[in-house]
Amino acid sequence: MTNPAHPPPSRLVTREVSLGYDDKPVVVDLSTDLPDGQTTVIVGANACGKSTLLRGMARLLRPSGGAILLDGQEIATLPSRQVARTLGLLPQNPVTPDGVSVVDLVGRGRHPHQGAFRRWSRGDEAAVAQALELTDTIDVADRLVDELSGGQRQRVWIALALAQQTDLLLLDEPTTYLDVAHQVEVLDLLADLNEARGTTIVMVLHDLNLAARYAGHLVAMRDGRIVAAGPPREVITEDCVRDIFGMESRVIEDPVTATPMVIPLGRRSRTLHDRRTA
Amino acid sequence: MSAVVSPEAVAVVRRARRRPIRRTQWVIGGLSLALLGVVAARTLLGDFLITVPDFLRIVTGTEIPGASYVLMESKLPRAVLGVLVGGAFGVAGAIFQTTLRNPLASPDIVGVSVGASAFAVFSIVTLHQSGPMVAVAAVAGALFVAVLVRSQVGSSGGNRLVLVGVGVSAALLSVIQYLFTRADVWDVQLLLQWLTGSLSRVDWPTIRLLAVLLGVLAPLLVWLARSARVAELGEDAAAGLGVTPRRSDALLLVAVLLVAAGVAAAGPIAFVSFLAGPIARALNAGRSTLIGAGLVGAVIVVGADYVATYLVPDVNYPVGVVTGAFGAPFLLWLLATGRAPRRS
Repeated sequence: MTNPAHPPPSRLVTREVSLGYDDKPVVVDLSTDLPDGQTTVIVGANACGKSTLLRGMARLLRPSGGAILLDGQEIATLPSRQVARTLGLLPQNPVTPDGVSVVDLVGRGRHPHQGAFRRWSRGDEAAVAQALELTDTIDVADRLVDELSGGQRQRVWIALALAQQTDLLLLDEPTTYLDVAHQVEVLDLLADLNEARGTTIVMVLHDLNLAARYAGHLVAMRDGRIVAAGPPREVITEDCVRDIFGMESRVIEDPVTATPMVIPLGRRSRTLHDRRTA
Repeated sequence: MSAVVSPEAVAVVRRARRRPIRRTQWVIGGLSLALLGVVAARTLLGDFLITVPDFLRIVTGTEIPGASYVLMESKLPRAVLGVLVGGAFGVAGAIFQTTLRNPLASPDIVGVSVGASAFAVFSIVTLHQSGPMVAVAAVAGALFVAVLVRSQVGSSGGNRLVLVGVGVSAALLSVIQYLFTRADVWDVQLLLQWLTGSLSRVDWPTIRLLAVLLGVLAPLLVWLARSARVAELGEDAAAGLGVTPRRSDALLLVAVLLVAAGVAAAGPIAFVSFLAGPIARALNAGRSTLIGAGLVGAVIVVGADYVATYLVPDVNYPVGVVTGAFGAPFLLWLLATGRAPRRS
């Protein structure tokens, strides 16, 4: 699928980028291309630098070395408003202001499209309406965000990112704090968007099996570097899982989606496993 | 990209947006009426009654012995100054509270107002300055405290900011008192103005200077305030929408200048910044509104000045005593009910 001679086009690439906090490097000399129109999922153990990489790509962190390029230009030097019209971000812990309604919150996603003094336009109205319809939150448009369930609230935040109408959308663990049903619901929604709008989606996920299901392109990280990248079928192997998490596992085919599925082998289950295969 | 949008959905969005906007319009309309009411009370009532026809005649230039002097040299300038100062404090407070996401983090709690006051007193008592130079000193003081507190706290905000700010204000209050004990002049009214805020030493040049400063800051404010709605969503989400922390800092800077201008004219009137935002927010169904906060601040200052002047016959309290009396219980209530910083 990935032919090295003809890499898929990508508007967002990193070139030997190093990122960190206060001179403490977290991501080191990392180069990767995020293929256009696909869903890229970044996985890895805790503190492997996956969120840091995403924050760098969203321009929240300035690289200490190398570069992150958006459409061939270094993202750190682009005007923030221009970046915000191309690349949307759903951070891990956004703040819901007090007393804010769904439509008001989602409307704030239109900010990069509004001029210094220009007020609300028909285009803004249509973009918000569309975002609410796509995320199936139109029925709660006039409710307060605080009153919604966790899953609904996450959909509203995704609606805000959609109202921003960017070609690329970065999400930092969009499924944390959600139960499994809501996790699948949110990931389905993102897959729909990717399919319907061709939005390039890049997200950090914890759950390997969900990552394998929803990713077109999977990036596995360890200690601030990329261990493997490519289609989930190629990336998720027993060796690779050992590399990333230092954990033995068995990888089987997901009976529903035929994507790879990781069965972790802990200390106890390993003895059981050995006994059965012996 | 441009999938079809159903007209029903657009109608839903339009309706859902209209309701809170209507509410805000009603709140602003109501507060404007309330402000008109307290301004009328402050200028027409009290120990010297002035009728509306007389008021109009005096303002348009007719000389009425006695009444002209009382209105033009005391009642009217005090009301006008109260409106300007209250509005500036109210808006500045709401900006601090929403940008720093902490209802306790208003400029009068974190020491910015007292900083302006201390520098102004230094310029008056030690450097023998007056007029615009006092305002410059106030701006320097407000900036000094804002930068100092910010550098000690970093971007973490929250309660550390408040604690550092409270410490800085206490230190600066003692500086003010020290400066006055060293000064040749011992004027209690003057001391009270710079400690708690007062409208009693008003004159028209001061008002003119304040009006010019506010006139310069207003368009900047309108320009920057739009990004405040995005900054509310947290630093990361705001950056994703193209609002960098630098922009929030610029908005805070305008708020600091508003406070400094107000303090230079009337001293650090206690608790106005702190009260105005939450009151406006409560009236506006929980949503923050800068214009509303400015109106509430103006109503508080003019109303409190009326009470301070006429509550006890023959005793003129400075307005800050009254706002302090109302503000302190509210501060305690905020602390006791733990409504302080929101998780961010």
